[in-house]
Amino acid sequence: MGATPRTPNDSMGEAGVLDRDPALLPVALDQTTHDAEEAHWTPAKVAIWGGISLLGGLSWVMLAVVRGETVNAIWFVFAAVCTYLIGYRFYSNYIQKHLLKPDDRRATPAEYKADGKDYAATDRRVLFGHHFAAIAGAGPLVGPVLAAQMGYLPGTIWIIVGVVLAGAVQDYLVLFFSMRRGGRSLGQMARDELGKVGGTAALVATMAIMVIIVAILALVVVNALAASPWGVFSVSMTIPIALFMGCYLRFFRPGKVSEISIIGFVLLLAAIIGGGMISSTEWGAAFFHVDPVPLAIGIIVYGFVAAILPVWLLLAPRDYLSTFMKIGTIGMLAIAIIVVRPEISVPAFSEFTANGGPVVSGSLFPFLFVTIACGALSGFHALIASGTTPKLIEKERQTRFIGYGGMLMESFVAIMALVAALSIDRGIYFAMNSSPALTGGTVEGAVAFVNSLGLTGVNLTPDMLTQTAKDVGEATIVSRTGGAPTLSVGLAHIMQQVAGGSGMMAFWYHFAIMFEALFILTAVDAGTRVARFMLQDSLGNVFPKFKNTSWRAGAWLTTGIMVLAWGAVLMMGVTDPLGGINTLFPLFGIANQLLAAIALAVCMAIVAKRGMFKYLWIVAMPLAFAAVVTISASFLKIFSTIPAVGYFAQNRAFSEALAAGETSFGTAKSVAAMEAVVRNTMVQGVLSILFVVLAIIVMVSAIQATWHSWKSRDFGTSEDPAVPSQMFAPSGFLPTAAEKELGASWDAQARLEKSARSAKSNRS
Amino acid sequence: MNTVGLLKKGARDLAWFIKGVMGEDAYDKYRAHHESRHACDAGETPPVMTEREFWRDQTDRQDTNPQGRCC
Repeated sequence: MGATPRTPNDSMGEAGVLDRDPALLPVALDQTTHDAEEAHWTPAKVAIWGGISLLGGLSWVMLAVVRGETVNAIWFVFAAVCTYLIGYRFYSNYIQKHLLKPDDRRATPAEYKADGKDYAATDRRVLFGHHFAAIAGAGPLVGPVLAAQMGYLPGTIWIIVGVVLAGAVQDYLVLFFSMRRGGRSLGQMARDELGKVGGTAALVATMAIMVIIVAILALVVVNALAASPWGVFSVSMTIPIALFMGCYLRFFRPGKVSEISIIGFVLLLAAIIGGGMISSTEWGAAFFHVDPVPLAIGIIVYGFVAAILPVWLLLAPRDYLSTFMKIGTIGMLAIAIIVVRPEISVPAFSEFTANGGPVVSGSLFPFLFVTIACGALSGFHALIASGTTPKLIEKERQTRFIGYGGMLMESFVAIMALVAALSIDRGIYFAMNSSPALTGGTVEGAVAFVNSLGLTGVNLTPDMLTQTAKDVGEATIVSRTGGAPTLSVGLAHIMQQVAGGSGMMAFWYHFAIMFEALFILTAVDAGTRVARFMLQDSLGNVFPKFKNTSWRAGAWLTTGIMVLAWGAVLMMGVTDPLGGINTLFPLFGIANQLLAAIALAVCMAIVAKRGMFKYLWIVAMPLAFAAVVTISASFLKIFSTIPAVGYFAQNRAFSEALAAGETSFGTAKSVAAMEAVVRNTMVQGVLSILFVVLAIIVMVSAIQATWHSWKSRDFGTSEDPAVPSQMFAPSGFLPTAAEKELGASWDAQARLEKSARSAKSNRS
Repeated sequence: MNTVGLLKKGARDLAWFIKGVMGEDAYDKYRAHHESRHACDAGETPPVMTEREFWRDQTDRQDTNPQGRCC
């Protein structure tokens, strides 16, 4: 077993190295054993997969074909889960078998570089949880909420089909390739595969994208907390709670992570409940009522301070708290949706698919695909999949479960967010998500605006808005853009049916706001740190002193530069007379998808270098799609003559109005506001150009590298040399029969060795 | 196994999983690694960090090697 070369393409030359003494227990099952297990279709297996296919098919029919007056949320869950199972079982298996060909006889970095700290073999189920907690953030929660404008079907199809064919493929490939390279980062792999120009463009693009993503996440928090005393109080309480946890772990009980996380969680609940009491007092409501601009300044200052404080004091404890909250809340929401099964009355395709609407400007293609990035295809994951995870993985075959499977989980989060947003009344949805420029920020204005949209079946009354605001404990819900408040209303609406009734809605609403703000603030802190190191590294090429990352002044200076960069974009969004989130969110999606295109381009060059042209389409297909979507979205944002869509068209319209001496134009009611629009659209337009140019450089370099491999037939690899593994572990969530058998032999051997050791030490 | 036994095992497994995901088992893993690495070569064993030292070292290493969180 395990002696014959199983992977002709890349293990041929190393077959000798990986040969294992037949007297020892094998460290891997032979590929033929895996193949035989797979090809063996027992009646039970046929029945299970037949059942999954039928249920999945039926769910898609209910969603896409039947489209009754209302559709039950359970069909979304079934359609998603069944499609994921089929995609995982068949497509990811196909990729594993033909493209990646993992070889469990090879040691992973966690084994051959083991240091017990950064490189440490981790149980696959635990690592799955780790990886999921690292990739899932606010992105999959916000994008689907905004895309709900287009009706339920476009978003659902893109999230489910996109993840199976694109998002999960990207995560899986990057994880595998990074693991084969000792856990190298995406930037390093880009330099190795694409040469200096492509590599540098990838690095600059990554840094710019990081800034944009941090800025827009911060904007989501500002929009959720502005003028909400309850939210401001409870979210700002997370800072002292985290400081307390950090000190507890540092000085009092080091390593007691679960214990302090539970204490922290209880304190968080107390902060939410306390926020409700304080915001109902007159002084509390006045003191914690903060307007968007001071709130944004507060977050910028916070971002700087948090990023220069030691990790143990703030980042590490908040990380524990956010992991705890994330897994708990997502699990809770999944159960609640299955229990409550809300009826959804949003149409499959709304009135806004062709030309965009108040929430997202522009037509369905390409803007659906940039509005929903995380959950379907998220380039940011490439940074995680080439970060910590590849250094912890036990066996090569586990990359499928962790990389591909982890992304399917995130996609499911996006589906749940979509369901939560769809379950609230459509009139309320549009009142919450239309910018204050359209609604005037008042209940009357919102009612007039939403009813003027002419949506079928929507008849918004002022009473509905004031009652909902009262239920969730807010002064108003009009124009609470950014996605987070809408999701929170949806979540509160679903959760109160499980626990607490309408009296608990305010609690659930603020619980959800807290849950999102918590990990956005962690992402802001961590993103600033990562960007600062990137900047120091780049500056170090010119001024060597910056390479020394413990040089305090340099660290502060580079942190300050990065904070100012995202802070400027954040301020632009907060003060934008056009609404902010709807002009900036496309940039977020485009940036994230461009990063995906860069990651896939690097993967394509690697696949070509291995000489596997027959299966190149597995990478080329999602790459081509991401390229077409992002480049056409960028071009529309740059060249479109429709002001609502094109940044420069908007810029021109306002410049001309200013030149004509007008003092109010469109939604900008003063000359200063008009000047702000001119400034903002210019910055946004220039950023769009920067992103698309960098991404095109990277993609062209990747195509060149691929073409070079094809032409020259000069195949090779930048992988680390193969090292034989000395351990065994199953590959999927559940071990197969053959894996169980081999695992049992290894366990028996471990027990024997242990008793031999203890006998020896007893004698001596 | 009776129901109580099954419940106990389930609770134990859940605790193991949560501790793993939260990273609480990091020191145990480090200890195990250290012991297996230096079990044979007596004499030259580098000193093993105490629990307190290990956790300090762990967060201090994150200071110089930050990891992004996803959006």
